[in-house]
Amino acid sequence: MEITVAGKKKSYAAPLTVAQLIAAEEIENPLYVTVTINEEFLPAGQIPVKELRDGDNVEFLYFMGGGAFTDEELERYSRHILLKEIGVKGQRKLQNARVLIIGAGGLGAPAALYLAAAGVGVIGVADADTVELSNLQRQVIHSANDLGKPKVLSAKESMEAINPHVRVNACQEYVCAENIAALIRDYDFVLDGTDNFPAKFLINDACVMAQKPFSHAGILRFGGQLMTYVPGAGPCYRCAFKEPPPPDAVPTCREAGVVGAMGGVIGSLQAMEAVKFITGAGKLLTGSLLTFDALTMEFRKVRLPRNPRCAVCGEAPVITKLTDYVQPVCALKR
Amino acid sequence: MPELSCNAFLDITEVVCPVTFVKTKVALEELEIGQVLALRLNGGEPLQNVPRSLKDEGQQVLRLADNGDGTYTLYVKKLEEN
Repeated sequence: MEITVAGKKKSYAAPLTVAQLIAAEEIENPLYVTVTINEEFLPAGQIPVKELRDGDNVEFLYFMGGGAFTDEELERYSRHILLKEIGVKGQRKLQNARVLIIGAGGLGAPAALYLAAAGVGVIGVADADTVELSNLQRQVIHSANDLGKPKVLSAKESMEAINPHVRVNACQEYVCAENIAALIRDYDFVLDGTDNFPAKFLINDACVMAQKPFSHAGILRFGGQLMTYVPGAGPCYRCAFKEPPPPDAVPTCREAGVVGAMGGVIGSLQAMEAVKFITGAGKLLTGSLLTFDALTMEFRKVRLPRNPRCAVCGEAPVITKLTDYVQPVCALKR
Repeated sequence: MPELSCNAFLDITEVVCPVTFVKTKVALEELEIGQVLALRLNGGEPLQNVPRSLKDEGQQVLRLADNGDGTYTLYVKKLEEN
């Protein structure tokens, strides 16, 4: 009998089931194929039993957008797929997710590596700096060969080397009031890996205004902290920390130092929050601030209530327009 | 014993743990609740692990048939979305 397969007429011996045709045609990933016969969808359960008739027109359709995993992807993500809380669906969500990492430094480096390894479909990395020797003590995404190179390019190369399936958008810019809204617009989740208060407040305010969930984190010396903002689900950074401290009131990592592994601890926790947010697994750090003291090895989870009088997310917000705080973030050349 | 009718068939004899169970999960995801997957697997580690993992995830193992060639066919009914 003659059957038209994907637009080509072919001869086959009868009887022939759809499953036999799929095998004969050597269709890749047959479990993910949707079949139409004479332009009508065939229920998946019918594939093994449905017999084709002379003159049938068969088309094979593939789910696009992460519907089908290749064998390579199944093996790569097997440890995720095995988890009940992530599974096939969760991995697909990761593949379809878009995360923006602001700052490719101590926090952003581990976060970017883990999110790329996890198969997050699109990862944006924003940072204006170039790789310096003093970065290499903790920013594990860059190597000695990258000195002088834009951090976003070095990060992109490392991420793509780990996982060529992810798309990395490298944005070599300082985040400032003028560009942040456009920068975060296309992402599902934002990860604050910056090292200064003006940037942290700016990211907070922009995310609150755009109703964009984000992970805040900060590290200094042997300490670190993080929290997660989800619109409507808990406080924002400004609920707890009303405004940036006066310039020079709080030392930066550059002045006070930081243990390299601290970025690994807290940045990895940020990546963990992003993965949980995307897959819906577990409970996020909304409504609480997690602090870590490496000298005593103590984690503390401090309850963080929402402030109804918060200047940006409260009932009557007074901050309705983004501005660069204290010192313009754009001018924060290091 | 009569052959159990199944809605999908998957051969995992060419892969090793944990990809065996990963592929099984992917196949089950394509099925509706109540549908049956026939799974061809090797004896040894897969035979030890895959049925146990399936039970852990709340799926129902209906029957295990010895194919006599070192492989087995496991019939699994999907009870839970994974």
